[in-house]
Amino acid sequence: MLAADRLIALALMGLSLYFMWYAKALPIGWVAASGPGGGAFPFWLSAIMLAASSLILLRSFISHPHEGEKFFPDADAIPQIAGVIGLFVATIAVIPFIGTYLALIAFLFIYLKFFGHHGWVLIGILTLATPVVVFFFFEVTLKILLPKGWTEPFFIPLYAMFF
Amino acid sequence: MEVLSLLADGFATSLTPLNIMIVILGVTAGLFIGAMPGLGSVNGVALVLPLTFIVPPTSAIILLAAIYYGAMYGGAVSSILLGIPGASTAVATTFDGRPMALQGKAGLALIAAAVASFVGGTISVILFTIFAAPLAELALKFGPAEEFALVLLAFTTFVGLGGDDTLKTIVMICLGLVLSTVGLDMISGQPRLIFGDIPGFYSGISFLVLAIGVYGVGEVLYTIETSRISPAVSTARLRMRDLIDGIREMNKMWKTMSFGSVLGFFVGMLPAAGATPASLMSYGLARTFSKKPETFGKGNIEGVAAPETANNAASTGSLLPMLTLGIPGSPTTALLLGGMVMWGLMPGPMLFIEQQDFVWGLISSLYTANLAAVLINIALIPLFVWALRMPFSVLCSMVLVLCILGGFAPSQKLHDVWLIAGFGVAGYLLRKADYPLAPLVLALVLGPLMEKSFRQALISAQGDVTFFISRPLSATFLALAAIFFALPLIKMLRRRIAKRHAPAE
Amino acid sequence: MLTTFTRRGAIALVASAAIAAGSPALAEDWKPMKPVEMVIMAGQGGGADRLARLFQTIIQKEKLAQMPFLPVNKGGGSGAEALRYLKDKQGDAHVIMATLNSYYTTPIQTEIGVDIEEFTPLARMAVDVFALWVNVDSGIETIEQYAEAVKAAGGSWRMGGTGTGQEDSLVTALLEREFGISHTYVPMAGGGEVATALVGGHVDATVNNPSEAMSFWQAGRVRPIALLTAERLDSMPGVPTFAELGHDLEYYMQRSFVAPGGLTEAQQAYYVNLLQKLHESEEWQTYARDQALLTDFLTGDELQAYFLSEREKHRDILKGLDTPS
Repeated sequence: MLAADRLIALALMGLSLYFMWYAKALPIGWVAASGPGGGAFPFWLSAIMLAASSLILLRSFISHPHEGEKFFPDADAIPQIAGVIGLFVATIAVIPFIGTYLALIAFLFIYLKFFGHHGWVLIGILTLATPVVVFFFFEVTLKILLPKGWTEPFFIPLYAMFF
Repeated sequence: MEVLSLLADGFATSLTPLNIMIVILGVTAGLFIGAMPGLGSVNGVALVLPLTFIVPPTSAIILLAAIYYGAMYGGAVSSILLGIPGASTAVATTFDGRPMALQGKAGLALIAAAVASFVGGTISVILFTIFAAPLAELALKFGPAEEFALVLLAFTTFVGLGGDDTLKTIVMICLGLVLSTVGLDMISGQPRLIFGDIPGFYSGISFLVLAIGVYGVGEVLYTIETSRISPAVSTARLRMRDLIDGIREMNKMWKTMSFGSVLGFFVGMLPAAGATPASLMSYGLARTFSKKPETFGKGNIEGVAAPETANNAASTGSLLPMLTLGIPGSPTTALLLGGMVMWGLMPGPMLFIEQQDFVWGLISSLYTANLAAVLINIALIPLFVWALRMPFSVLCSMVLVLCILGGFAPSQKLHDVWLIAGFGVAGYLLRKADYPLAPLVLALVLGPLMEKSFRQALISAQGDVTFFISRPLSATFLALAAIFFALPLIKMLRRRIAKRHAPAE
Repeated sequence: MLTTFTRRGAIALVASAAIAAGSPALAEDWKPMKPVEMVIMAGQGGGADRLARLFQTIIQKEKLAQMPFLPVNKGGGSGAEALRYLKDKQGDAHVIMATLNSYYTTPIQTEIGVDIEEFTPLARMAVDVFALWVNVDSGIETIEQYAEAVKAAGGSWRMGGTGTGQEDSLVTALLEREFGISHTYVPMAGGGEVATALVGGHVDATVNNPSEAMSFWQAGRVRPIALLTAERLDSMPGVPTFAELGHDLEYYMQRSFVAPGGLTEAQQAYYVNLLQKLHESEEWQTYARDQALLTDFLTGDELQAYFLSEREKHRDILKGLDTPS
């Protein structure tokens, strides 16, 4: 917990420095007769953030309120969480290519099979029903087009039917 | 009473069988749209706006009012069940709604939200009916200085949120405010913090993206980890008795609810302010004046009722400047305004004089839509609660799917979905390290309003800072803000002094 | 060079022939196979958004197209987001964009790597006009009184308008140049907010579009001083133009549709034909009259030439503007 606390504080300090450096592109001072410049808000707020996260880091050397606690109380959970994050990111990454629908089917299949250990019937129902419901709710009803990628041509007859 | 006879005429048009059908359809559609994380009344209204040109104008208004209210009610559903606020107005509902759901009291929380919304909606419509015209003049008095003072007040009613680590709270508030400056600086017209010219950042970081990230994805990751240790996710059941209990519980909260309604109505009425600050202030004040403030954030039913009355009241209130001044307080009212212009109605000071049929038809349909919304909502609660009884891994996968779709839908770019994944992982880690997430999300919502009004006020006052305290309204708000800021400190000091004295005596 | 020129010429010819014939032969060669994305260069609720949604509604109501037109707001960075999006959609015939003047000003002001010459012009639907407004309580009735009052205020006269670098600030700059005066420019989020700020006394003047301030005028709260148009407007009787008062001030906001570059002639003709029908629809003409919009329809090469000359005009105005700090 202590190491994680310090690492996160360091990361936040780095982030605030990055924001400060970036915000300097616009005036950060007080412009005469018109108040703070365009960069003032992000710059000075990042400066406060830097100060506060530095204090958090300093504090961790003085007192240890969470000593003995672990950041991950159950080490077995780490691979599973990493797996879910990986699967989620991979799903987003393939959407521009194979389209939302295939990506969602793949996501649900892998998740339910390898993380949920469900039976084939449930997996079959969910992976097939979800895209259908999504199509009718988002595209037909709300008229929000989802990315199709390479699967676009297959949807043309559907468009002709439902719009 | 001229008002009553006008209202009666309004009801005569809104209570025909066709219009009652329309209300039921509209409310149900609105409920489901509002219950989806990422979708809200904007989507609902945008969806039916083209349809309103096909049905007669009075039915069209009724349909829009029904969708509007339905979506406002629905927003609480995803806040309570999934912990993901469907709109910024429903953030405060998650604070106590989500803990209640985790304790197996999802049904009770949903009933509380529905009843509170109904009370808020009804009280505000009554206020609307009686005071519409004179209040519009008050709204005009609101300039940038007053706006800034009000947002600051909303913020301070929130500082010292529970017993969180002060330093970590400060970091999160600053991070939220900095993220809110991403995009275009409206005052100077220059882009800022767009991270190497990525076009996705031009329009800034939307509240929904952050909320879906930290509350949706982050929550799923957190639950996956914790449920391995304690696998029992409390299953919610709902019986008839719960409903009666719920209403009995609500009966004890008249003070909170009526205060929340009036506050919500007035704050919602102010141009640019709207329902989000209103719900936050209502929650903050309910906690401050509660006898047991420490139970807030841990599943106190009053913490669901307070923001829900206020946000519903505010959404009625925000119709007022739209109708009387022609200025929309929210994207939804902006769409409604557009619709009215297309029907050939000109919102503005003349509307109440020249288009009485329309105005009173609208007001009466607000009453009917509100009533229909609470009935349909309560009828659907068993369905919502049943959804929570899905096997845990099924629920998680469905929430992640909703995060992708709900993140994409509002502005239709994958960039936002990537941000959701990033915020989700970051939010999960921050939460594990005891960083409070609510201040982060709230700062992102209120940040742009605060910066804009602060700088506008200073520009129009030639950089003179005393401008804020030389105007009576803004000075009052600032004084209140100072009091609320100091309140937790004073309480803490008093407690310390009491402690120090106790053993000595 | 020559081939591009002749191709464009051919499109214009064919398009105008199709319009003239009434029954378009060419437009039948292509029609959208999926819903058409209608990108809006501004956020929800603004003038551009309202207009785009009106067009969507008329298309749906009059059944002008088989596929729906779906509005998508991409207002980030004064339209930079929308322009970049359209550039990435090169050759995609299922995207069109509703433009306003940021179509030329944004690429001039910020380096976004977009040349509007590459896009396919479809049609200009309307031009919106501007007027100078003051609060009735100020007692100002003529342009001379206005200039005097601003001078007397010594630079602290507050002019409310949309974001810096957008149309309102350009009109303000034109006024300042013409009368040798200076304002304190207060940028706001949208035209509605600007109009209310004037009524509430939070600013001293505005250059709102008539549609935004009209209802306050009828209620006797604000007063138009003069119009920035060539001729008087039927919908605003008794309001003079700057030109007739001896000041050469004219400024318009165009509302047009463009498509990504690389469309075929048939695709362009389809949209031009659709927009022509839209232009002739009664709903649109009534709406435009009520809102004091001028419905000067323009397509093809003439529209592209108009865009390019407007771009040069704006380059000049922007050069004269001091970059705000």
